[in-house]
Amino acid sequence: MASPSKAQIFQWLEAVKDPEIPVISIRDLGILQGIRVADGSVSVDIIPTYSGCPAMYAIQADIKQVLQAHGIEQVSIQLCHEPVWNTDMITEQGRESMRAFGIAPPLQADQRTVACPQCGSTETTCISQFGSTACKALYRCEACLEPFDYFKCHA
Amino acid sequence: MQKDLSQYTLRLADSALTMGQRLAEWCGHGPYLEEDVALTNVSLDLIGHAHMFYQMAGAMQEPAVTADDLAFLRDAHEYRNPLITELPRGDFAYTTLKQYFIDVFNLYLYQAMATSTHEELAAVAKKAGMEVKYHLARSEAWCERLSLSTDEAKARIQQALDDLWFYTPELFETDAAMQRLTAAGVAPDYATIQQQWQQRVEPFMALCGLTLPQAGWVATGGLQGEHTEHLGFMLAEMQFLPRAYPGCEW
Ligand SMILES: [Zn+2]
Repeated sequence: MASPSKAQIFQWLEAVKDPEIPVISIRDLGILQGIRVADGSVSVDIIPTYSGCPAMYAIQADIKQVLQAHGIEQVSIQLCHEPVWNTDMITEQGRESMRAFGIAPPLQADQRTVACPQCGSTETTCISQFGSTACKALYRCEACLEPFDYFKCHA
Repeated sequence: MQKDLSQYTLRLADSALTMGQRLAEWCGHGPYLEEDVALTNVSLDLIGHAHMFYQMAGAMQEPAVTADDLAFLRDAHEYRNPLITELPRGDFAYTTLKQYFIDVFNLYLYQAMATSTHEELAAVAKKAGMEVKYHLARSEAWCERLSLSTDEAKARIQQALDDLWFYTPELFETDAAMQRLTAAGVAPDYATIQQQWQQRVEPFMALCGLTLPQAGWVATGGLQGEHTEHLGFMLAEMQFLPRAYPGCEW
């Protein structure tokens, strides 16, 4: 079988999502860093979001599974230390998926207030800097009173 | 150089792992839910830092060993953390103040290490340093809140300070291997970190209305593998599973 192209593999890996936020792919999260193809074997470089993130194990297993389902027997995955991940690496598509899922995306350079992903109000209060996972803080919207997760800015 | 660096990364890893393990003991025991989550989130970050340093240390050994081998198959006398990181978790004031001391130390340590001439060490330090900023914001805010609140809280954090203060100088101890690494631009200069640490911590303790103890036994020994009895108990619990079921994985 001919080796699949890099672009093809990128597209296949679109199916690998962050297990904690199952609407955002590892590419949109910015942790898929490189792909090398040689003689039917594929090598994938990923970087961790948070250094202790337990989802990295599930993500590695998922990458392997997806590629093997497409007939690639030899898959190797490197967990790299560089580049150092930050939230600016999340794509616009990723931010949009996050919002639609009910998680406020990380603030960007020109933003000052966290907007509620439900109603859009910027009248929000941080309840705890540490939320359900290492990457999230817990907020409450003062307009619609819903609590929500905020994906912390990390840069 | 390789051997020095392997030893040094073990000190970094052991310090992060023992801190992380003590914080993990709070799981289900935090004063309220958000704090329970925060304590274990910080724990997870620290265990992540330990993992990165153990991987580096393990890859440099002959023959190479895994991060798990280093964390789970070494005895207390082979651990190189300073004594402060292995002390029992104590009450919330004690945990908080200890965390604050370590967070300030880690902040300056990783800031300096991010410019190491050793690329991998610099990258790991950048990653860890970003996370430490969050840890410090939290522990600093809590120190202030506890110190300036009820008499009970204030008495407890003052007691914690009395108990912990003379464990802090050991954070800045170095050995010949570390000094060679510092001379080579690989490891940070610990004397500078100590100055930065003191310049931040001492005025902050005063702001909190806490009194530094004047005299006490100054802890030492971790770098030589001489530990308190607490480490043995911690390892007995932490290492039980991999020792009882060698090679097991989740
Ligand atoms: Zn709202």
